Amino acid sequence: MITLDVSFAGISMKNPTMLASGMMGETGSSLCRVSEMGAGGLVTKSIGLEPRYGYPNPTLVELPYGYINAMGLPGPGIELFEEEMKDALKCNVPIIGSLFAAVPDDFIELAAKMKEYGASAVELNLSCPHAKGYGMEIGIDPAAVGKIIREVKGSVDITVIAKLTPNTHLLLDVAKEAEAAGCDCIAAINTLKAMAISVEAKRPVLFNKTGGLSGPAVKPIGLRCVYELSEVLDIPIIGVGGAETGRDVLEYIMAGASAVQIGSAVGRRGLNVFNDICSEMKELMEKNDISSINEIVGVAHV
Amino acid sequence: MYNEVVTVKETVAEGKDITTVRFDLNADVKPGQFLMVWIPGVDEIPMSVSYLSGGITVKNIGEATAAISSLKPGDKISIRGPYGNGWTIPKGRILCVGGGVGTAPIMAAAEAVNDPDRVDIVLGARNSGEVIFIERAKSLSNNVKISTDDGSLGIKGTAVAVADAMMKEQKYDVVLGCGPEIMNKYLLKACEENGVPVQLSLERIMKCGAGLCGSCVINGLRVCADGPVFTGDEVKKMSEFSVSKRDHAGRCVKL
Repeated sequence: MITLDVSFAGISMKNPTMLASGMMGETGSSLCRVSEMGAGGLVTKSIGLEPRYGYPNPTLVELPYGYINAMGLPGPGIELFEEEMKDALKCNVPIIGSLFAAVPDDFIELAAKMKEYGASAVELNLSCPHAKGYGMEIGIDPAAVGKIIREVKGSVDITVIAKLTPNTHLLLDVAKEAEAAGCDCIAAINTLKAMAISVEAKRPVLFNKTGGLSGPAVKPIGLRCVYELSEVLDIPIIGVGGAETGRDVLEYIMAGASAVQIGSAVGRRGLNVFNDICSEMKELMEKNDISSINEIVGVAHV
Repeated sequence: MYNEVVTVKETVAEGKDITTVRFDLNADVKPGQFLMVWIPGVDEIPMSVSYLSGGITVKNIGEATAAISSLKPGDKISIRGPYGNGWTIPKGRILCVGGGVGTAPIMAAAEAVNDPDRVDIVLGARNSGEVIFIERAKSLSNNVKISTDDGSLGIKGTAVAVADAMMKEQKYDVVLGCGPEIMNKYLLKACEENGVPVQLSLERIMKCGAGLCGSCVINGLRVCADGPVFTGDEVKKMSEFSVSKRDHAGRCVKL
């Protein structure tokens, strides 16, 4: 009997697939829809203190091997997000509230609200590569990340996941600092800072000029990051980056991930991707004499 | 198709502030699907395909649509797509109902059917200046009715009232509708009353266009990927339909 259920950092899920932040996570009804399509857990769109429109279009470049996006963190702000969380919680899978802020106090305020709204955990966006003053601009500094996590953990009793950026040579230092500060779990990786240029228009395609590359193009990088992180961390890791098949998810788990977030594949394979990945995993697990996810977390560290 | 640059072949003034831009589309496109059209330095917006071989029809209502409206033959635009599901056109008799510039994807459907005996068309608009594709409709259908709110062309009244009367006279296998949400709302009601299945093409603020960001959702359904065409049964379940939409920040705004 093959089981896909996982439990890590106080989060229990019926399977290791999660909706990554930024995909369909702005409204409660769309989060519920993704859960109906088989996701084991859901991460909301990154929510800040105030409403934000995000950048004008183009905000997305589609490529054969992935996407480059620069949405610019659009969102309704934490106050209005309460209504969306009420809808999202009806779907009965763990909801992880993704948060962005520039300073520890704002992260504390956001985390307290998310806890009040019923989130199972918060994921701190320390990694968005295209929003000035947020995300990656903070997340490449180990000391700044440590300070944010220490203060959030000291103020709000909630599971804290730090989502980290690969756009630094200090990823392992940032992660170790996060762990030392009391972080419960690391999610890696966010998108890689990237660009697309139109020869005909003689300019970058994205309004923001640069954006974040996601999809199959980044999977080998994400996999390497998770592998390296799991060699230096004791806390659980959520793998993110270009996973779109059951095989991809198993690779991430063998590299050391306890769960895997799915993002670009929602566009590339469609919303069925969660159910499809689970079927593919079961088939592959059966062929390879694996009966549970737990027994293979980090097994590739030979 | 990834950000492909196409050259404008022809532009046609269809009506007041309504322009068709023709180009060669190197992709299979289904009627009812849309393209993301990028005007460098201005914006990128979703546009329904009005000609299957390559064409969009735009009403000048803002910066991006103004830029598209002022394109000249030889100008270049960048497109990606096609995106969305498109119409599901059954066998049998079809009633196409277009309101204003919403007529564009309707005409693509009529073009795909390519049988003037099988397609009836209602072209509705506020006034004569906004009625578009009259000659094209007559070449694609042997039964074209025109309505304007102010009676300046065709029947005075709404496209829905005309469609309702047609449904009472003739059995249709499907109604395809695209127009302002208020028109879609009453068209849905009329089709229900007459027992005719309906498909409606809906509109919301669209950012990525590719089913990822969720900015265009109506009750969890993405207009860009699950739509833009929804069946009447799907639309009936949408509590947000004709009631509210999301703004650029994802906030719920009453219509």
